[in-house]
Amino acid sequence: MTAEVQARRAVVRERPRVDRRRLDDHVAGWGFAAPAVVLIGVFGLVPVVWSFVLSFQHTDLTSPGTFAGGDNYAKLVADPLFWDAARRTLVYVVLFVPITLALALPIAVMLNQKIRGVVFYRLAVSVPLVTSTVATGIMFSWLANPQFGLVNAALDAVGLPKQGFFSDPGQALFAVVAMTVWGWLGFAVIIYLAALQNVPKDLIEASSLDGCGRARSFWHVELPLVAPATGFLLVWLTINGLQLFDAVYVTTKGGPLRATTVLVYHLYNEAFVSFDGGYAAAIGCAVFLVIGAFTLVQLRFNRRTSHYEVR
Amino acid sequence: MRRPSALHLILLPLSAVMVTPLVWMLLVSISTQAESRRFPPGLPSGIEWENYLAAMRDAPLGSWLGNSLVVSVVCVAGNLLLCSLAGYAFARISFIGSKVAFVLMLATLMVPFQIVMLPLLIMMRSLGLVDTLGALIAPNLATAFGVFLMRQFFTTLPRELEEAARIDGASRLRTLLQVLLPLMRPTLATLAVLTFLQTWNDFLWPLIAVQSPDVMTVQLGLQSFQGAHTTNWPKLMAGTVLSQLPVLLVFFFAQRFFVRSVAAAGIK
Repeated sequence: MTAEVQARRAVVRERPRVDRRRLDDHVAGWGFAAPAVVLIGVFGLVPVVWSFVLSFQHTDLTSPGTFAGGDNYAKLVADPLFWDAARRTLVYVVLFVPITLALALPIAVMLNQKIRGVVFYRLAVSVPLVTSTVATGIMFSWLANPQFGLVNAALDAVGLPKQGFFSDPGQALFAVVAMTVWGWLGFAVIIYLAALQNVPKDLIEASSLDGCGRARSFWHVELPLVAPATGFLLVWLTINGLQLFDAVYVTTKGGPLRATTVLVYHLYNEAFVSFDGGYAAAIGCAVFLVIGAFTLVQLRFNRRTSHYEVR
Repeated sequence: MRRPSALHLILLPLSAVMVTPLVWMLLVSISTQAESRRFPPGLPSGIEWENYLAAMRDAPLGSWLGNSLVVSVVCVAGNLLLCSLAGYAFARISFIGSKVAFVLMLATLMVPFQIVMLPLLIMMRSLGLVDTLGALIAPNLATAFGVFLMRQFFTTLPRELEEAARIDGASRLRTLLQVLLPLMRPTLATLAVLTFLQTWNDFLWPLIAVQSPDVMTVQLGLQSFQGAHTTNWPKLMAGTVLSQLPVLLVFFFAQRFFVRSVAAAGIK
């Protein structure tokens, strides 16, 4: 018997065993993954397609819908309430995201120093993280109460007139911005702190040996190194900002005079007050489109601008 | 002794601003009605425990807290179990369709909840789950984020750990339970904390999936309580304090850990 034949026999004998192991892998793999994958597929993926279908129907979400063609999208384009809501959402995001970022970074830098009581400060900044939006809304409604709220007491003390805040159509959206910045600041600070703590100490030491002052080493060493954190926060806060709902529902219910009716609040109204589920689905698809486009643009931009890898 | 840092001049007022809403909520909750309506507002003269009794009398806070606890605990358990299994499979087993399934699952992370909730409501209605705790549990039993988190964790483990056990003839499940489980603890804890926070504080989905007062979670109940008691601030604040107490307690005792979880996952 030649060596070649022996080898071939070995292969022939080997093959079924290999195949059986592959089959075992498929079975085991799906056995492990199936429960989670099926749940996520049914409750996370199927509804996306379904929502798209709904947006081409006339439906109140309780009885079977009828085909509507492009009616809902035509309505959306012509609906002044939709565009008003879109404009308010834009104003909200353009204020909420930069303010949160601009406050969070300096606070994170300060909390990254070795000073006494830093544990207490970190606790104070991060406690809103666990405070639910409903509780936050109730607290802020009281603080900003036009008659006897704490904020008006502060204004009164320095001789300024009392303000309406949530009850003033010109101020309500800004009051919501202030409230949500309070709620999200701790989150942004924690993300920045984590990024700053990953900046290698020797880089900072090296820059100070090279004659960099504290400020310069911050601008030229630390700031570029936390760019990925900034990119992440930008995406995360914007996505959440575009989906603003809870904070509005518990404080102003979209009012006064629709001043805080943002996109998702409009969607909620259409679906559960006007029972126009198809139109609500069309609004949802529009929001999804904006979020998807924003995320992709940001991902590409982020890849191009972050020169450093920070774990 | 070192001179105190000048940063305290900024950090102290800042911390004061951050904790004022919570401290003031506590103060109003122990004020009398008259004290809560003074201008300018001041400190309460005594402790009005009656507010807390009144809040508990007027609202089924106990059953709301119970509902929230059931939903959160079941979802945490579901996520720990199902996401670990799936995460392990995606990290370690090459099986047919695994890549497609994983990518599709990740894609759901980008989808805003508002687009999911309308069909989800129709689904829950046909499953007969609307207005039950089941409607709040089913969609959150396993999350794409959890699977992703666990998969990332398993890919960082050296393969040799499992291979030794596998060569000794241990099944995959046994390897997972006996060899890997002890190492998974910190990641599982992160997942548990985040799932708990998210389900405990969830508002929009309970708002549309549940109507009966005895099925409400504490967030939803608190919101309806607010609607009914806007004129009695001390009672409303007492209810709010009670509703936040469990999470705040957990937070104060496990703060360090909490912060690490949030930083690791980037989720509020």
